[in-house]
Amino acid sequence: MADAGEVLVLGECLEGQLMPTTGEIIAAGRQLADDLDTTLGCGLLGHGLEHAAEAALRHGADRSYVVDQALLARFQTELYLEALTRLCRAVSPGVLLMARTQSGRDLAPRLAARLGVSLAQDCLEVKIDPSTKHLLATRPVYGGNAMATLLCLQTPQFATVRPKVYSPLSTQDARQGEVVPVPVELDPAMARTKVVSVAKEEIEGVKLEDARIVVSGGRGLGGPEGFRPLQELANALGAGIGASRAAVDSGWVPYSWQIGLTGKTITPDVYITVGISGASQHIAGCSGAKCIVAINKDREANIFRYARYGIVGDWQKLIGAIIEAAEAWDKPVDPPQIPTP
Amino acid sequence: MSLHIVVTAKQVIDPEIPKSAFKIDPTSKRVVVPSSFPPVVNGFDEHAVEAALRIKDTQEAKVTVLGVGKTFSIDVMRKLLAMGADELVLVQDAAIDESIDSRVTAQLLSAAIKKIGGFDLILCGRQASDWDNAQVPLILTEALALPCITLAKKIEVGNGTVTIERVVPEGLEVVETPLPALVTVSNELGLPRYPTMRAIMAANRKRPSIWKLSDLSVDPATLQPSLRLVDLFVPVQDHACEFIDGGDEREIAHKLFQKLRETRLI
Repeated sequence: MADAGEVLVLGECLEGQLMPTTGEIIAAGRQLADDLDTTLGCGLLGHGLEHAAEAALRHGADRSYVVDQALLARFQTELYLEALTRLCRAVSPGVLLMARTQSGRDLAPRLAARLGVSLAQDCLEVKIDPSTKHLLATRPVYGGNAMATLLCLQTPQFATVRPKVYSPLSTQDARQGEVVPVPVELDPAMARTKVVSVAKEEIEGVKLEDARIVVSGGRGLGGPEGFRPLQELANALGAGIGASRAAVDSGWVPYSWQIGLTGKTITPDVYITVGISGASQHIAGCSGAKCIVAINKDREANIFRYARYGIVGDWQKLIGAIIEAAEAWDKPVDPPQIPTP
Repeated sequence: MSLHIVVTAKQVIDPEIPKSAFKIDPTSKRVVVPSSFPPVVNGFDEHAVEAALRIKDTQEAKVTVLGVGKTFSIDVMRKLLAMGADELVLVQDAAIDESIDSRVTAQLLSAAIKKIGGFDLILCGRQASDWDNAQVPLILTEALALPCITLAKKIEVGNGTVTIERVVPEGLEVVETPLPALVTVSNELGLPRYPTMRAIMAANRKRPSIWKLSDLSVDPATLQPSLRLVDLFVPVQDHACEFIDGGDEREIAHKLFQKLRETRLI
């Protein structure tokens, strides 16, 4: 192992399978390990992780460190935190990466505190500073109005990476690596917080995070009834439907619809916004869209800085024509028709 | 028995400041704010104060608001007293570098909370609107060895237990933990109350407790950040929006779908 210490990424599994974000941070960590001329480890917690441990190797890790225990079958903050702390102490990495997911957001700052280091949170880019060989992490600040680049000075140099920023490497079945079980003693009494119940919300239509097209509305819709024509447009396009924080805070639509820094992060091919001004808080959740179409009455609205196509006008007058055009649009036939010889 | 709730609060640059007024001094690597935009209380911290007051609406409770920073506008922070908090404690010291390092902030809050003492519940905003780090509450929970529940939509306290409703990707989760505990509050809680005129007048007569680092027996030498800010810059937007015009709405809509088809994305 090189002097710098190994690069360790802490992955996530669900029911024994790698989460997509794990592939993303393996890709980010692979580059760092190569630049430092060291190895890449992937830490995994859960129960029944044989497949996940092998999958992490195929995705680009040199080693999978596995804490496989029945107590870790379901996520519980304190047990996961304890297992991660023990794992990090055992591996003693030079650089540590996690994905800023729902659970990563809760775990990473606490793990950093337990390891006695500071954390660069929610980064869009992580790289090795060529002169100091330390981790350089770039993250949005002031609601996306500015970017900050931080140099991590302590070991392990620790950053979380925003999901969907890095793309997983293509998996290679022939890739060899080592699976290292890490023994950790856990006591169920460590779990002080207890989930009493989960009320699942039925999602109608297309799931926002997976949608290729998303239609979304904001304060400019003026009220909950504005989302009705938007739903028609979404149906015509087979699109998911979302909203800005202003619309959910006003109680017009449920919180599960919120796209933005404190809501969902989406990466559709086409994102159509109606009556959304484009506050930085919102842009943080949709900047990964390939093409943003903005409809807003104010030509100076911030959303037009990010949009590829803009329409300035009254949405109430426009929406009918847009739904009509969407319904008339002949969707590509799937799968593509192969001409018979 | 009366419940003692400590709420942490930060003073931040107004997040609604227009992009055109947002400037960075490249030498000091700090944001320069025109004086026409006074600082505000971090929005999520107002939600945390609101959460504390809703508990106080239903049972006997004392709410202490705590902030740490280099300088405060007392009038800005007084808003939290006007909302209904009982006490305001500000750790204000020139030696505090309003730093990029959440660990330093959490260390100061932890020392101040130990000095305040006798708390049952600590409430924090889920994150601050300036650096959006969402770290301080979680480091603080470690420093105080407390259980922690994040992103509360609703908080209930009873029989030495706090029960939280929180929004998760799957729906709504209910989590409980014994007191004392730390809870972070999200905007799903609903809008914070507006102070009444009478409450504003009363708050103006209250004197916040102002503490220095020396009051906390914190050695300034231990407050060195371990993240170094090497650059702070405004990202460049390098593409222009193509505006679609037309004689009527149908023409505009038609042109839009034509354009989208050309991109091969739809």
